[in-house]
Amino acid sequence: MGAALWALLLHASTAGAAPDGAIRIGSKSFTESYILAEVVAQLVEQVGEARAERRVGLGGTGVTYRALESGAIDVYPEYTGTLSHVILKDPELVTTDAIRPRVEAQGLTISAPLGFNNTYALAVRGDTAQRLGLRTIGDLARHPELTAAFSSGFLEREDGWPGLKRHYGLSLARVGVLEHALQYRALASGDVDVMDVFSTDGQLERLRLRLLEDDRRFFPDYSAVLLVRREIVERFPRTWARLREGLEGRIDARRMAQLNAMADLDGKRVAEVAAAFLGADSPEGHGGRAVVAELYALTKDHLVLVLVSLAAAIALGLPMGVVAARYRRAGQLELSVIAMLQTIPALALLMFMIPVFGIGKGPALVALSLYALLPIARGTYAGMIAIDRQLLEIASVLGLGRLRRLLRVDLPLASISIMAGIKTAAVMTVGTATLAAFIGGGGYGSLIVRGLALDDTATILAGAAAAAAMALGFHALFELLDRLTIPRGLRR
Amino acid sequence: MIALRGVTKRFGDAVALDRASIDVIAGTTHVLLGSSGSGKSTVLRLILGLATPDEGTVLVDGTVVDASTRAGLVKRMGYVVQDGGLYPHLTAYENVALGAEGQRWPRARIDARVAELAVMAGLDRALLDRYPRELSGGERQRVGLMRALMLDPPILLLDEPLGALDPIVRAELQGQLGRLFAALGKTVVLVTHDIREAALLGHTITLMTAGRIVQQGTFADLVERPATPFVAQFIHAQTLAPSASVGH
Repeated sequence: MGAALWALLLHASTAGAAPDGAIRIGSKSFTESYILAEVVAQLVEQVGEARAERRVGLGGTGVTYRALESGAIDVYPEYTGTLSHVILKDPELVTTDAIRPRVEAQGLTISAPLGFNNTYALAVRGDTAQRLGLRTIGDLARHPELTAAFSSGFLEREDGWPGLKRHYGLSLARVGVLEHALQYRALASGDVDVMDVFSTDGQLERLRLRLLEDDRRFFPDYSAVLLVRREIVERFPRTWARLREGLEGRIDARRMAQLNAMADLDGKRVAEVAAAFLGADSPEGHGGRAVVAELYALTKDHLVLVLVSLAAAIALGLPMGVVAARYRRAGQLELSVIAMLQTIPALALLMFMIPVFGIGKGPALVALSLYALLPIARGTYAGMIAIDRQLLEIASVLGLGRLRRLLRVDLPLASISIMAGIKTAAVMTVGTATLAAFIGGGGYGSLIVRGLALDDTATILAGAAAAAAMALGFHALFELLDRLTIPRGLRR
Repeated sequence: MIALRGVTKRFGDAVALDRASIDVIAGTTHVLLGSSGSGKSTVLRLILGLATPDEGTVLVDGTVVDASTRAGLVKRMGYVVQDGGLYPHLTAYENVALGAEGQRWPRARIDARVAELAVMAGLDRALLDRYPRELSGGERQRVGLMRALMLDPPILLLDEPLGALDPIVRAELQGQLGRLFAALGKTVVLVTHDIREAALLGHTITLMTAGRIVQQGTFADLVERPATPFVAQFIHAQTLAPSASVGH
């Protein structure tokens, strides 16, 4: 048991380091980012110069960029607008040539634009566009009788409708706010004429919508690029050359929208979509073997997360419970602090780890350990203070030393309560560990994150069901462990 | 050997022990007799250093019992409580051996001592592997006594050791305890509410009520020269009432 635990700890501690000969590909957690990352991964595999390691679905810009900066990932798809506005905080930087020297100062570099610009855009039905001769946003000024439904963000943001209206001098008869999914229906049914979209939205193609050209360049440019660590460019020059050749200028907005539609609307797996783009057979096949392999890897990940954080929480929580029971006043303070940790939503706690520990398994383990602390410390404390006072007095009369008394008397007598705390912590951690995927910690949560991004209920359920099954497994395991750790004389 | 000098012990507003002075002569059995709440158990706890006096001093072998001397002094004492006070997670054997393990006795020496004590306490050796809940009340009490005697302490403190037993087992054990105390020559302080137990086992009896000592002396002193009407009443209630009813 001890040796196995150490092996796991060792595994977890090395999981964060860059393995030789691997390129770790990250993505944010939305469809387009997943697809582009998978295209990169498949190209890396085609070249064969390096292994492709997928660390996709990391969340928003903050997490993903930090991951790249800290070396947890080597490359991910980013947008020029995000680079200039969010990351470099200099809106004057518009072109990739302007941005490149700035990111090179950080040990990174970017590719040329991949071809499409994923920005806000206005869309109208194809037949409306034809009937009224609409081609650009400016053309709307000639048709104030048109009505629009905008998403609430677009309606309020200065870089959305208010700014756009002024920039083009527009006024529309009726402007309403609608949930994004409902906007399409309203537009298709003819209730409204204009809506805001992202220019690579998969629905555009299917609903035969026409994007109005932003000819007076109001919306910032969000051209897709690859953001990559320079050492990767230097270490794997053939791979980098192949990535540039295969991607730079190769994907226009329409093509990207089609790819998004394949994943979002046709339910194709990201690997298939990427393979379709590359004109290759789906590399890992559609077969069961890939699914089994992935599930095996995720199970291993998840087990490491749970076992290591649980071991750490026991190593920390048990002594804390003992101390709290011995020094009651200090103990109350200690337990309150741990309880406060517990009130932090698990996801927020994971996010707090990022500035300190970066992303990946390490910070996830720290957060999960902190989270598992309370039930274990509380269980130990409750078990210790519930021990019959007379039995403790007899121990003192028997002249037992502190350590012997703790090991032979106190802990065994408190064992039922301690084990109950550990059991609660274990089952809880199996569930909470699914959140680790949001900061790149892997595990079953990867399925849930991916399922959420692709709006794929089956994948979400697969992740949730796997976690539930593991929780059941842990419960059964601990029922067995009870027999080993709770003395026979105490069992009922 | 054991002495209380004007000891008062309060728990909040309640006075558990009021200016009590007791002398326990080495090698004798001293019984603290009284009904519950009389303060007799508090005397034992003070001797064991489990409670500290608010006034007065407790001396064991001439040394004042306090925080600094307590650890050394309890090594000279064995403590037996009602129903044995056994650890439920340890077998009878492990309960008895615990103190010797703390002293790092070799296993063979522990085995030999436990076997010897089993004979002394009249416990079937087959019962040593059982857990307390698998033993009868009388058996648990014998194990508790063995545990107290394990390191052969010169002082034995017993708090209602037979209180939880049915009358037949109780009478049997009372006889055995008497023979054992005489054979071992220990200094014994025994707390009981049972006057027959006091008469049978006590060289000296201290009768207590409501935290105060009412009379100290032999059983004959208490019967023949009761210090107060309460003493006569207490003795009468337990000894004469049954025989009086038989007489009618």
